[in-house]
Amino acid sequence: MSENSLAIRKFSDLANPTRFLALAARALPWLAALTALFFAAGLWLSFTTEGDYQQGETVRIMYVHVPSAWLSMMCYTVMAISALGTLVWRHPLADVSAKAAAPIGACFTFLALVTGSLWGKPMWGTWWVWDARLTSVFVLFLMYLGLIALNRAMDDPSRSARVSAVLVLVGFVNIPIIKFSVDWWNTLHQPASVIRLDGPTIDPEFLRPLIVMAIAFTLLFFTLHIGAMRNEIWRRRVASLRRQAARNAGREQLAP
Amino acid sequence: MMSHATYVIACYAVSAATVAGLIFWVLTDGRARKRELEQLEAAGIRRRSAEASTGGGR
Repeated sequence: MSENSLAIRKFSDLANPTRFLALAARALPWLAALTALFFAAGLWLSFTTEGDYQQGETVRIMYVHVPSAWLSMMCYTVMAISALGTLVWRHPLADVSAKAAAPIGACFTFLALVTGSLWGKPMWGTWWVWDARLTSVFVLFLMYLGLIALNRAMDDPSRSARVSAVLVLVGFVNIPIIKFSVDWWNTLHQPASVIRLDGPTIDPEFLRPLIVMAIAFTLLFFTLHIGAMRNEIWRRRVASLRRQAARNAGREQLAP
Repeated sequence: MMSHATYVIACYAVSAATVAGLIFWVLTDGRARKRELEQLEAAGIRRRSAEASTGGGR
């Protein structure tokens, strides 16, 4: 019983915005350094490993394309979990997290689409096809843009939080559609070759740079996300302090 | 027909530009908000909880 209450107290401590800012200030330099380290190793591996016998040099596009695509889905999953935090626990940090993640997710989805297109032109002979995988990722990109627009449209975070949380959860149905689109429909996009029940089917020569780049991209996401969350907390504090100052000024004018 | 290297270079260039843009956005946004908070504090406007709390951070 006492352990349980301690755990809850600890969890709420972690979710306290002031504590989060202190934690972010300590963690960000380390995360940034680790990200840079993994990117250095990942980029070095990306350009020193051999090309594919069929794809040639264009296999190097995969080392950016695949991590971006993974992140585009992971970021939306982070937003969906945050949306649950907003709706179930009504925690203000959860909304901060969802709001801060949207522009980052949009950028990685954009990268997945553009790098995929740049690979598709030489390999498939076309920049774009409206197959299930490509279309569902494009829909994900539009959803990110819609959520960013919605967050910007409403000034009061406490009102926009619930609306955007519901929208994020409704949109989450797209994530399994993206993941399994290559199995459910006949697509030009290839099926999964790394995360499979029977293990990866790609050669270690390509798997090594891919994994290191995936770790680098994931670290980059969390560094940017924590940084953007910190900025969002500051933005809300500035807004509430200005409101408070305006109220105080009004009261002073009324007083004789 | 462009060579494969052109596509690879274009891919890495677009990615580098996008990631640089994201990092730039987080850094400049953070600096601007921090400056606003410092200006408010200089004007004597403080959070009500700031006097009571003993925690670190801002």
